[in-house]
Amino acid sequence: MLLASLVEPAFGLIFWMTLSFGIGFFLLAKFAWKPILKALHERERSIEDAIGEAKKAREEVAAMKAGNEELLQQARNERDGMLKEAREIRDKEIAQAKERAKAEADALLARAREDIRNEKNAALAEMKNQMGILSIQVAERILKEKLGDQAAQDALLQKVLKESDLHLQ
Amino acid sequence: MSGLGYICGRKEGACPLSKLTEALLRAVFLTLSLALASWTVAQAEGQDAGAHAPAHEISAVDAAEFSAGDLIMGHIADEHGWHVAGDFSIPLPVIIYDTQRGLKVFSSARFEHGHAAYDGYKLDDGRIVAVDAEGHKDEAASANIWDISITKNTLTIFLVVALMLWMFISIAKSYGKRAGQAPKGMQSLLEPVILFVRDDVAKGAIGEKKYERFMPFLLTTFFVILFLNLIGLVPFFPGGATVTGNIAVTFTLSLIVLIIVTVNGNAHYWRHILAMPGVPAWVLFILTPVEILGVFLKPFVLMIRLFANIAAGHIIGLSFFSLIFVFGATSAAVGYGVSVVSLAFTVFMFFLEVLVAFIQAYVFTFLAALYIGAAVEESHEHKESLV
Repeated sequence: MLLASLVEPAFGLIFWMTLSFGIGFFLLAKFAWKPILKALHERERSIEDAIGEAKKAREEVAAMKAGNEELLQQARNERDGMLKEAREIRDKEIAQAKERAKAEADALLARAREDIRNEKNAALAEMKNQMGILSIQVAERILKEKLGDQAAQDALLQKVLKESDLHLQ
Repeated sequence: MSGLGYICGRKEGACPLSKLTEALLRAVFLTLSLALASWTVAQAEGQDAGAHAPAHEISAVDAAEFSAGDLIMGHIADEHGWHVAGDFSIPLPVIIYDTQRGLKVFSSARFEHGHAAYDGYKLDDGRIVAVDAEGHKDEAASANIWDISITKNTLTIFLVVALMLWMFISIAKSYGKRAGQAPKGMQSLLEPVILFVRDDVAKGAIGEKKYERFMPFLLTTFFVILFLNLIGLVPFFPGGATVTGNIAVTFTLSLIVLIIVTVNGNAHYWRHILAMPGVPAWVLFILTPVEILGVFLKPFVLMIRLFANIAAGHIIGLSFFSLIFVFGATSAAVGYGVSVVSLAFTVFMFFLEVLVAFIQAYVFTFLAALYIGAAVEESHEHKESLV
């Protein structure tokens, strides 16, 4: 019966199928599947690595950019700080210079005043001395010229005063 | 019926029905398809009986006595010698180990297509039997015969294995040469399939941790089935051998799956078969025999599914084709008229078969991977198998 051959497994075919499948399996496993699967795995890993590296590089660039920005900001801040400091120093210097100049001027002024006062005192003392001397001389001359009358005394006084060339107010 | 068969074939592959129901469906389907086939054969035999033609004159019947059953069965079944076209067929070596008479090797041409006996052997419906001096079948002596002839199917298997070796070893070489580069040529054609088997079949069914050990087996099985399916669809030499529609081939493949599952089954797997944890003792009296039956039923279903799908597909395709000659026998004009419809259906069946070739290769590999996955599954990944 033909049908029997359809559902009854034939021994010969089982035998050859087992043999062919077995040999095919071992040869394929050793020479085809192993290298193919290994290559696929390695390629996948390298692609994964590449993607990972690209991501890392991108992150690094982003970090660098952020770092640069920070650095720039820092530099800017530093510059601002320096400028501010310079301005402060300048202002302080100016103020100090002003103060110093003022102090010097004050000192100079004080000294000048002192000098003037000293000079004045000296002049006054000198004048007092001169006046004393003059008084004594006048008195001496008066005493020497025998003072007779009032008119003669006045004329004498005028004459002495003229001679002494002293202008008193 | 044909539609049902195909829908079942795909549905069961995709959605996991209960294995028992699946086996039952398969059995029903098989019975139906065999009933159809036996009906056509019976018709043919009735015609033969009516003609009272001696065995050697059967080939001389004219178109009026065309038998669709013979045509279909002749195509589906294995044969000694490879029929190419018309009366020309390539003789193949017959190898018999007779426990009484030792090893016999001779050409299948000696049988003269089943018309002649040679050296005490004869072809009886495609099988080698021992005959006595008068040419009658000797049942006792026939039981001594171990037929390991190189048949049409055997040669096709050799051809496919050789093709696969050449294909995949050359691909492996190009992987070596083009390491880390994009695939090219045949490599790029087959790489997605290899990746599909790895990512969707093996990783999905067995799991990330253990799939690698079973990859060579799954890949070999997938491509062997796929190529055998496809080569069976080529209508002319060297195609046309319905290898995966032969139960011996699917039996061998399923047996290998059973052996792999049994050898790799871990303690967890066996415990769940012999004494399902968390089940009352009295239930085990029912459950354990069912589980043990299941161990054999799973590969059995694998065997039947592939065999029935491919055999049925070929039977249906050829049935449509045979309609031309069946109708042509009544009137040539009707035959030509029917041929248009028949041809359209045959072409449709051909494309369906191409689809089925891929689907069945996938389903067989996927279910094999699923069984292996269940056998190597660790207890902490335990899914509720009672539901």
